[in-house]
Amino acid sequence: MDNFSKLLTEIGETWAKNSTQYLVGARQTILLAVVATAIGCLIGFLCGVLQTIPVQKHDNVFKKVLLAVVRAVIRVYVEVFRGTPMILQAVFIYFGVPYFFGTDNVFQLLVDSVNGAFGRPVLTLIGFVSYFVVSVNTGAYMAETVRGGILSIDPGQTEGAKAIGMTHLQTMLHVILPQMFRNIIPQIGNNLIVNIKDTSVMFIIGYTELFAVHKGVVGSTYVYFPSAVIEMIMYLAMTVICSVILRLLERKLDGPENFDVTTADSLAHTSGMTTYVKKKEKEELR
Amino acid sequence: MSEPILVIRHLSKSFGKNQVLTDIDFEVDKGDVTCIIGASGSGKSTLLRCVNLLETPSGGEILYMSSDIRSLKGGAPAYRRKVGMVFQSFNLFYNMNVLKNCTVGPRKVLHVSKEEAEKTAMYYLEKVGMAAYVKARPRQLSGGQKQRVAIARALCMHPDILLFDEPTSALDPEMVGEVLSVMRSLAKDGMTMLVVTHEMAFAREVANKVVYMNKGVILEQGTPDQIFNHPQHQETKDFLARVR
Ligand SMILES: Nc1ncnc2c1ncn2[C@@H]1O[C@H](COP(=O)(O)OP(=O)(O)O)[C@@H](O)[C@H]1O
Ligand SMILES: [Mg+2]
Repeated sequence: MDNFSKLLTEIGETWAKNSTQYLVGARQTILLAVVATAIGCLIGFLCGVLQTIPVQKHDNVFKKVLLAVVRAVIRVYVEVFRGTPMILQAVFIYFGVPYFFGTDNVFQLLVDSVNGAFGRPVLTLIGFVSYFVVSVNTGAYMAETVRGGILSIDPGQTEGAKAIGMTHLQTMLHVILPQMFRNIIPQIGNNLIVNIKDTSVMFIIGYTELFAVHKGVVGSTYVYFPSAVIEMIMYLAMTVICSVILRLLERKLDGPENFDVTTADSLAHTSGMTTYVKKKEKEELR
Repeated sequence: MSEPILVIRHLSKSFGKNQVLTDIDFEVDKGDVTCIIGASGSGKSTLLRCVNLLETPSGGEILYMSSDIRSLKGGAPAYRRKVGMVFQSFNLFYNMNVLKNCTVGPRKVLHVSKEEAEKTAMYYLEKVGMAAYVKARPRQLSGGQKQRVAIARALCMHPDILLFDEPTSALDPEMVGEVLSVMRSLAKDGMTMLVVTHEMAFAREVANKVVYMNKGVILEQGTPDQIFNHPQHQETKDFLARVR
């Protein structure tokens, strides 16, 4: 019990002294995780869609070759980024790009032009590389998730869409992708939560997120445990909040469980009124 | 006499080495209700799918308003706007409610305004008795209701001809009637329809042409009276005896 109250006091002290740093770290973590997951999803969507474009026998050679090349490139991308540690990718890119292309490399130019556009420094090279690595990493995982998600949608709906004259692109946009998106939200959630935790490896190139704050704080006091407790609670809070938000999104996309019927269905010859039981009640009835 | 809507000449289709359709010849005139009958596996669905270019024919030609459907401007999507299709398994869009299922085609493909698309949709949903269900999602509907929505969805594109591939085969018996009564009223309104069906009573009563298919060929075609009361081939007689 003594230890426990001592810990509480120390946590209080550590928090009082460093709360701003912790909060800034948490903000950096959540920003990096959310933005990189979103960009990663876009990359994954693009790769998944490109990989599932149907090729027909009578398509012209140019289209066939182009698609084959695109597919090969995506495969290599997915294998490389899924198959190597993110911490190493960060080092590889952060030090590798200037090594080959000097200090005026594309990344630096991009960062400079972004800062120029805002008129003040909003982005550092470290920040940019961190966003880049986490996004591209997430994209590699999402590419496969999206491809699987597209293939899992019943092909009958694709035919239904074709039959009313939709093109492949329209079918994708209006019919397949929305359902695929709904189905892969749990996977997106997984990625987001993994990213919230794993962005901590970006300390290797000097990105100051929540875990880096911990290292800074304990570096001056050498008291590790209270700060670790604070960090645990903050990480858990962020991941739980994200889980809840994604659950709510799922429910919203599923639409209401019941609907209003204004008049009786005059053509159905069922005996009695049709009632539409809620999903839950239906499961209980079974 | 105006030109036929569809002319099918020497149509053949094979999947690899498996020849599924051989030398299919027939025409569909405006206002025709043509019923295609025949045993399972005789190629009825494949024929319908070729007509809608969901399958690419291996040989022969299909003329729509006198032009080859493979050389039409705008390709297959443009052609399919004019040719509606109703599937055995409904194939509604599960991410949209009933109303949206009916308006998405007119809005995205024909680019009509939201108001107009909804007006059209309500008109046809009324016609198939589903106007009260505009807000329902497909998973909340019975099979018969889904199929009626699918018919409304196809009608909203104002097609010149509607193809039906066994529209009642996936339904519980008590729901077959509601779908057939919708189809009957469409026929009465003069809709051109090409219907693959096992409902012989429907074919007899509503069709003006009946096509009997056997092993990938059209064995005989004619009026319902010719096919049902005076079949020429032994296979046709056997088939009719089996389904009766
Ligand atoms: N995509 C396909 N690939 C290979 N064979 C097919 C395909 N679709 C249909 N078939 C074959 O074509 C034949 C006719 O099928 P189908 O047109 O569905 O007949 P029906 O609709 O008259 O029952 C069957 O033997 C079936 O196995
Ligand atoms: Mg069939």
